[in-house]
Amino acid sequence: MIFETRGVSYRYPSVVGEAVRDVTLSIAAGELVGIVGPNGSGKTTLLRLLLGVLRPLAGEVLVAGRSAASWKRRELARLVGVVSQREEPAFPLRVREAVLFGRYPHLGPLGAPRGHDLAAVEQALERCDVGHIRDRWIATLSGGEWQRVRIARALAQAPKALVLDEPTANLDIRHEMEVLELVAELVRDQGLAGVLVTHHVNLAARFVDRIVVMVEGAARAVGRPEEVLQGGVLEEVFRWPVALSPWQGVPQVIPLRRWEQRET
Amino acid sequence: MGPLSRWLVLGATAAVVALAALAVGPAELSLVEVWRALLGTGDVTAVAIIRDLRLPRVLLAFLIGGSLSVTGATLQALVRNPLADPYLLGLSGGAGLGAVAAIVLHVGGAWGVPAAALVGALLAIALVYRIAVVTGSVLDARVLLLGGVVVGSFAAAVMGAIMAVSPAPEVHSAVLWWLGSFDRASWQSLGIFGAYAVIPLGVLYSMARPLDLLALGEESARFLGADVERLKRVLYFVASVLTAAAVSISGIIGFVGLVIPHAIRILWGHTHQALLPGAFLLGGALMVLADAVARTAFAPLELPVGVVTALIGVPVFIVLVRRWAR
Repeated sequence: MIFETRGVSYRYPSVVGEAVRDVTLSIAAGELVGIVGPNGSGKTTLLRLLLGVLRPLAGEVLVAGRSAASWKRRELARLVGVVSQREEPAFPLRVREAVLFGRYPHLGPLGAPRGHDLAAVEQALERCDVGHIRDRWIATLSGGEWQRVRIARALAQAPKALVLDEPTANLDIRHEMEVLELVAELVRDQGLAGVLVTHHVNLAARFVDRIVVMVEGAARAVGRPEEVLQGGVLEEVFRWPVALSPWQGVPQVIPLRRWEQRET
Repeated sequence: MGPLSRWLVLGATAAVVALAALAVGPAELSLVEVWRALLGTGDVTAVAIIRDLRLPRVLLAFLIGGSLSVTGATLQALVRNPLADPYLLGLSGGAGLGAVAAIVLHVGGAWGVPAAALVGALLAIALVYRIAVVTGSVLDARVLLLGGVVVGSFAAAVMGAIMAVSPAPEVHSAVLWWLGSFDRASWQSLGIFGAYAVIPLGVLYSMARPLDLLALGEESARFLGADVERLKRVLYFVASVLTAAAVSISGIIGFVGLVIPHAIRILWGHTHQALLPGAFLLGGALMVLADAVARTAFAPLELPVGVVTALIGVPVFIVLVRRWAR
């Protein structure tokens, strides 16, 4: 198991109620797990617990069998690549420089990157289809290109796990699909443990192997999309009436309009 | 230009500026005379002027200019704001107040004044930081700069008050020191500054890669392997040590830490393994040049070097503000 939580809970200081409540979960190499739920349901907090940024108040979080908070950040960065929700570099950077940052956890404090570091950067650039824009400034990239560059950077870390927090927010359909296809391929081809946090239930259903549905800090349901995505659960979690319609064997959620709710 | 030739050009520029600065002054010497004096083979008076007066002064100006530039580049990554420098963040003001307090109270001596300045700088940066995080737990870089200016002004006001009630002869030299000057440079002050600065400079260079990551934002830096909290503590401390050492020896010299890193950023980009040494060389060269102008422009009177750097730095600062305000 790459990630494992056992009855983990967390509460922010000076906030009433637990942000994450008694979550037990395990994520293995080669599987993509989607964490879905409404805003404020504890998705990002759970992610921060998995990444050792927050220490659990109860229960334990293990990364590769070791307590998440006990990892040195540098060692953890060789194991887990993260594409966080927001990132705005303070100074201009070129694409290749940004991807080289992914090698930093492998480099000593002094000296130049060596041949295999540059090769890893090169591979990551090509794999994420951003090799042709390696000399561009980041500020000139589209939202989808920037996300692919950040995934390339995570890949250059040579990780065993890839964690993405809302990677397709603000992307149009084509870029959204490109990013998620890339993530799914990387998880499958390189045997990574993938964690995808999103509030897009429908996209998660089509790309992930298992879904964790979060509500008020608790994991309300965990399982394969077709098992988990049921009307009752979803209406309870999202507090809105929905209909379900299968596409290629995977349920897709259709939120109902008010007049449709009266008819059904 | 390849990386190697860029370093050669910058190094040669710095060397030429330093040699020229050794040649100018009340006693005009030719470059050949300067060279002979450096080797100790020339005229006895020339040897004395070069070796005892001008060489320590040029070396001190170079080291302090380089240190302030490197500190500015570091602070810019640390607070993720291109307008940060030791002067604008209030570090110089705090260090100056600490130094003035130590001088007036006659504590510490030549080696202790920098330590008092360090206490002042650390208090100033802690206060500025406290002001900036007051709105929620997130650091607002704009409020941070405002806090720096406010704390710097407050420190300046207290220094002004101390000087106003001090005996007259001390006030004149204190004011000259405050405005920034290398006129008391000696081998001893060079040794003191070197002792305080060498390790911090090495530490900063060894943290060039973590600085690259910090400029991305704390969260991203953490996920790319940086121990952000420890890094910030070390960097603020080291920046305070360098600023305190510089201020206690040569007074408050503004804008070098702001302008020089930007020149290197524009020329060579923003990765710190090139930025830090580049800023050091260019900052050193510029400070030597500014000091040479300060010494000679109104000879035999001497301008404070801080006045010269402000005259150059303020217009550049205005251009930078307008560029980043968009």
